[in-house]
Amino acid sequence: MILTIARKEFRSLFATPSTWLILGALQFIFAWFFLARLDAFLQVQTQLAQLANAPGATQAVAAPLFGTIALIMLMLVPVFTMRLIAEERRNQTLTLLLTAPVSSRHIVLGKYLGLLLFLLLIIADCALMVLVLAAGTQLDTGLLLSNALGLLLLTAGYAALGLYVSSLTAQPVVAAIATLAALFGLWLVEISALDSDNAWRTLAPTGHFQSFNTGLLNSADLVYFVLFSAAFLLLAIRRVHNNRMYG
Amino acid sequence: MSDAAPPTLSARNLSRRFGQREVIHDVSLELRRGEVLGLLGHNGAGKSTTLQMLTGALLPHSGQIEICGFDLARQPAQAKARIGFLPETPPLYREMQVDSYLKFAAKLHRVPRTQIADALAETKRRCGLQDSGKKIIGTLSKGYQQRVGIAQALIHQPEVIILDEPTVGLDPTQIRDIRALIRELGDAHSVILSTHLLGEVESICDRVEIMHHGRIIYGDSSARMQQYGHQPGFIVTLLAAPELAELQAITGVQQVEPLSATQFRILHTADTDPGTALLAFAAQRGWQAKQLVPLQARLEDVFVQITENQ
Repeated sequence: MILTIARKEFRSLFATPSTWLILGALQFIFAWFFLARLDAFLQVQTQLAQLANAPGATQAVAAPLFGTIALIMLMLVPVFTMRLIAEERRNQTLTLLLTAPVSSRHIVLGKYLGLLLFLLLIIADCALMVLVLAAGTQLDTGLLLSNALGLLLLTAGYAALGLYVSSLTAQPVVAAIATLAALFGLWLVEISALDSDNAWRTLAPTGHFQSFNTGLLNSADLVYFVLFSAAFLLLAIRRVHNNRMYG
Repeated sequence: MSDAAPPTLSARNLSRRFGQREVIHDVSLELRRGEVLGLLGHNGAGKSTTLQMLTGALLPHSGQIEICGFDLARQPAQAKARIGFLPETPPLYREMQVDSYLKFAAKLHRVPRTQIADALAETKRRCGLQDSGKKIIGTLSKGYQQRVGIAQALIHQPEVIILDEPTVGLDPTQIRDIRALIRELGDAHSVILSTHLLGEVESICDRVEIMHHGRIIYGDSSARMQQYGHQPGFIVTLLAAPELAELQAITGVQQVEPLSATQFRILHTADTDPGTALLAFAAQRGWQAKQLVPLQARLEDVFVQITENQ
């Protein structure tokens, strides 16, 4: 049942022209950053070669690119999560799901999985772009994988939060703005915490992404993202259930 | 329609509050197989809220709902698989194709994968959607969207079909088609239908429940509802009219009122029907009976009378 809803969600994302537009624009932006990074790397490459432990192409081009994508995701995910439940509520299609023999858990997880599959596509796309570097140099696969995993976990966390916010309202635009504000707030918490071992820093998803970004696979970060997503998914399930209580 | 048929839906003592305001008070309903029940009421009488509770979209604050023996609160999956619901606004994903939407609805209602193609073809045939399978729902006209909404409620062959104002906003031909469809559905399934159109009740419902301010204030067969507070009688046209006293003398006649030189309104008691006797006399005595029209209470009048009595 979860997969049925997930598949429908995934397919209806591609049924709207705006998705294709965003995907196209996104690819352009990613490519632009990628080329700019690559260009900068090529210019300093000769000087880097003289250093004893010089950063390779993966570290100098791919890792910063993933960092940028992580920031763009912060703005992008709310655009996709806003419709998930808010729009169903506005168009009164939520009734179809509520009266079907599926539980609130199925509805929320199905929608979440469908969107996650879509976001995975975007991330895979970026990874493919970076893999092009393999034509000219040896890639650090470990660093690349940890970056991709970190980005996936980060977006999964963002999507869970966005899904929850979307379940609170009947206006997709309100959901988008509120999600963006929440994510932006969390990011601000991270960058405004000066001290690196500040407790505030551990609150923000972006801070935990940093370690993946540098190639550090820390189980604490992994657990953080899993808990972050699970918490908001549970809240969303609760909210959809309450829909039956309060109308 | 006999009382022996097993109840497919029974709701007992439902009540529902929105905040402090109690909108549904102690509503009980029962529906049997092969029955079409009309839920009648003014706008805001609580019809839609009741139907939403019956389908599990809204939880009642108290009361119990059973669908084919499954408790809606305790075994929601089994109970809901046996309901098809068309809400007031059809729950259509505008960007989807009719076929993929209906397939999605079928899967949601746990139609086995191998039967989906058959169910789809059969439902489309029933709802007259054979040629619309590939169309995008958002581009369909209101009438066709309504049909897709009904198709969505039927595709899993539910025992209980609940339709909230199914004919609102349709043109007369579409209304006729959909009423015929509902009538057809009523033979094999049980149907609850909410409406404020009295003609609809008259033409398709077996039984009527009237809601007013969140309560059920009247429930009976729709034929008997038309007789509510109504004296039975008929209007007869006799071209060679006899004396009033002669008509008065026929057994069962309570009152004779001449409407014109040849037309008379005759009221009689509920348990007798002097019509046949009158026609027999007319043939015998050469009154030249032309037509005999039973007095029909207009459903509108009855409805107003019932709601005003409260």
